[in-house]
Amino acid sequence: MSDTLSKIEKRTAYILLLPAVFLVFSIILFPIFANVWISFKEVGLKDIRIPEPRAKKIVKSIKDSSDEIKIIYKLRNSSLILDIRDVKFQDKIPKNSEPLNLDERCQLKSNIIYCDFGNWKAKYRENFQIVLKNKNGEKINKKEIKSIKPKLSGKSDNILLNTDFTLKNFKKVFFQNEFFDLLTTTFYYTFFGTIGSIVFGILAAQLVNQKFFGRTFMRSILLFPYVGPVVALAYTWELLLDPYSGTLNNLLLNFQVIQEPLNLLGQKYLTINFFGFDLKLRLALTTVIIFEIWRYFPLAFLFILARLQAVPKELYEAADVDGAGPLQKFISITLPQITAVISILFMIRFIWNFNKFEDIFLLTGGASGTRTLPINVYEQGFTISDIGMGSAVSIVIVLLLLIFMYIYFKLLGRRADEN
Amino acid sequence: MKIKSLILYCLISSIFLFFLVSIWKVLSTLQGIELKNFNFAIILTLGIGISLINLIIGDKFHKIIKSLIFAILFTFVDGYILQMMPVWYNVGIFGILIFYSLKIDKYNQKNLELDYSSQKVVFEFLTLFGIVLFSFVILFPFYMMLVTSFKTQAALLINPLDFSINFAQDIKELFKSYFVIFDTYKFGRYILISSFVSVGTVIITLIFAIPAAYAVARLNFFGKNFLSTSILIIYMFPAIVLVIPLYTVFSQLGLRNNVGGLLIVYTATTLPVAIYMLQGYFKSIPKELEEAAIMDKLNWFGIIIKIILPLSIPAISSVALYVFMIAWNEFLFSLMFLDNPNTFTLSRAIQYLSGDAETPRQYLMAGSVVVTIPVLFIFVYFEKYLVSGLTAGSVKG
Repeated sequence: MSDTLSKIEKRTAYILLLPAVFLVFSIILFPIFANVWISFKEVGLKDIRIPEPRAKKIVKSIKDSSDEIKIIYKLRNSSLILDIRDVKFQDKIPKNSEPLNLDERCQLKSNIIYCDFGNWKAKYRENFQIVLKNKNGEKINKKEIKSIKPKLSGKSDNILLNTDFTLKNFKKVFFQNEFFDLLTTTFYYTFFGTIGSIVFGILAAQLVNQKFFGRTFMRSILLFPYVGPVVALAYTWELLLDPYSGTLNNLLLNFQVIQEPLNLLGQKYLTINFFGFDLKLRLALTTVIIFEIWRYFPLAFLFILARLQAVPKELYEAADVDGAGPLQKFISITLPQITAVISILFMIRFIWNFNKFEDIFLLTGGASGTRTLPINVYEQGFTISDIGMGSAVSIVIVLLLLIFMYIYFKLLGRRADEN
Repeated sequence: MKIKSLILYCLISSIFLFFLVSIWKVLSTLQGIELKNFNFAIILTLGIGISLINLIIGDKFHKIIKSLIFAILFTFVDGYILQMMPVWYNVGIFGILIFYSLKIDKYNQKNLELDYSSQKVVFEFLTLFGIVLFSFVILFPFYMMLVTSFKTQAALLINPLDFSINFAQDIKELFKSYFVIFDTYKFGRYILISSFVSVGTVIITLIFAIPAAYAVARLNFFGKNFLSTSILIIYMFPAIVLVIPLYTVFSQLGLRNNVGGLLIVYTATTLPVAIYMLQGYFKSIPKELEEAAIMDKLNWFGIIIKIILPLSIPAISSVALYVFMIAWNEFLFSLMFLDNPNTFTLSRAIQYLSGDAETPRQYLMAGSVVVTIPVLFIFVYFEKYLVSGLTAGSVKG
């Protein structure tokens, strides 16, 4: 009895899960495996268009004769690089007409012309003609002919499905792609973005955890950057930071803080003279990191605030009795209470910042020293049009990600054990 | 009185005053007033003076009278240094001084003798600092977005710092950028597409996620633990690694430039988090209710519809709002999959607009306002639900 029940339960569970699992599998897991496949191939953006046989139909009357009509088909292979095999063609003609001197590749079967054009090379073109003559003296309706579209079909190789593999892409990724530079930029961006958002998250949470007028209002406002659409926010910042018409530069110039406008998003290095030492600051990267912090500290804030509100008040009261100052209270009560949240937040934000694409893409497009790995995926795949290379970079990202996740889940597991 | 506390109190409070006044000056500059200097030294000296006088006077006057005196004094000195300022600027300075003197009122000689008084002073002023700074830094870009959309190209070229809005002009002139983006750039259509995609994503995601979450939360089956962990792992996978394979497959299947294709992708990427959030909530519903339902010979469909759904309205609303927000704000996939302006979503349309260097920036900002307002409105209105969604969803974005 219980056996059948559990069987029913199992079956129900699978039925309930199937649609979701199927969808997630086909849109998320399949592409990850497909990436591996593509990364070992030499594929460009233009190769992924499947070649098609195409025909443009032009109908013409013949000058001297009202009984005959000429149809010209401009035939072509849509692909410039791939051949099409076994091209088949069919088109319908009006019942009251018949073709004159039909091409030998074609035959007529009850008003339908079937042709077998064989193989078309890449870039193949041909003007194919049929002359129609009317039967039993009726006029041929030109409009009727025009309204019928010819059908073509053919077979072609799909470059994605054959089994030619190469290691070229990975060689290029590691040796011709300034890989080391890419990796360090990504790590700078990820690390400082994460640390910054957590630090500001702690500060904001510490603020909102106190009682003051307008506290709930403040809490809403603090989340605005996180919930706003990235496109709108990035473009607003871009306008704000523009070297010539941007508000920030004009303000700084106006109040004589700087003498020359700073191209915050377009300048790779800024040299700062610091006690006689020339320090090179990566300006555009720093700006992008600041945007990143601005946009994502609210998440850290939200988490840390939730944790802070769960800290028992008695702890602080006891500390007051012991005569501890504000700084001591923060260091010995607040910080230990939030370290667990912070470590999880750090891992989560690290993984997500590592994969951030939109923010940098919209602000700088990866120029002036802000090219990170995700930006490179897009550049390789769609700017340079090398799909295979793009995939190879994606694979590098996935591998690094798996390492981070392994650490993250280890951490999570240890935390679960402690509790 | 401790000297250390005294010095810290004077310095930090006057820096805070300088900071407040400077923000007010920046905001005034953006209204077209010509101000070239923050007058750091003068304002700092005035601030230190006010703080010291405040200590010396102590409780001899009522605090309101005291702050009025300070405010009037400061406003006069400031007005003397920067002559020909409009009245509203001075009113603002006056207001700031009232606020400031009420804040420093609680410090007196006794107060500064207590233990840790210097630390307390620092902490209290840092809090005030923080509140003002955070609000300013966060709201400023939003403010810029809004005011830029009401300006004209010519006005911005003449004085790039003048963002004052002339409300006296014709309403058609005032909202010109909005009229242009709706007429010339077909933003009405994009709003419709964006709404359709976002609402569609919410509905399909819920239809898929509710049964799946129920199965994960309640039923026993082989591979359950594996499934729960993989939901989390899949959720961590970034969109950027999916882009190339999806692009190739969608190109070959003719799903690009197709809102349907976008719907599929959005649903798939939000499903893991939706399932994760819902199953957590479903687990908290008492099991006895369902056991009673099984006695009544309800099947799983009946259980979900009649028992689970009515009880989990709050959780479902947070999932729905959260998914809506993700779909509405999504940019990467719409960039990849949509090339035809007839199928653009709002985000993609704005990006397309900015691609043309000739596009005046007030149009860009008007578009940004159009895409931002619905999200912020929903957020403020349903904050409770969305915040719980954000915390549960925790990792997105």
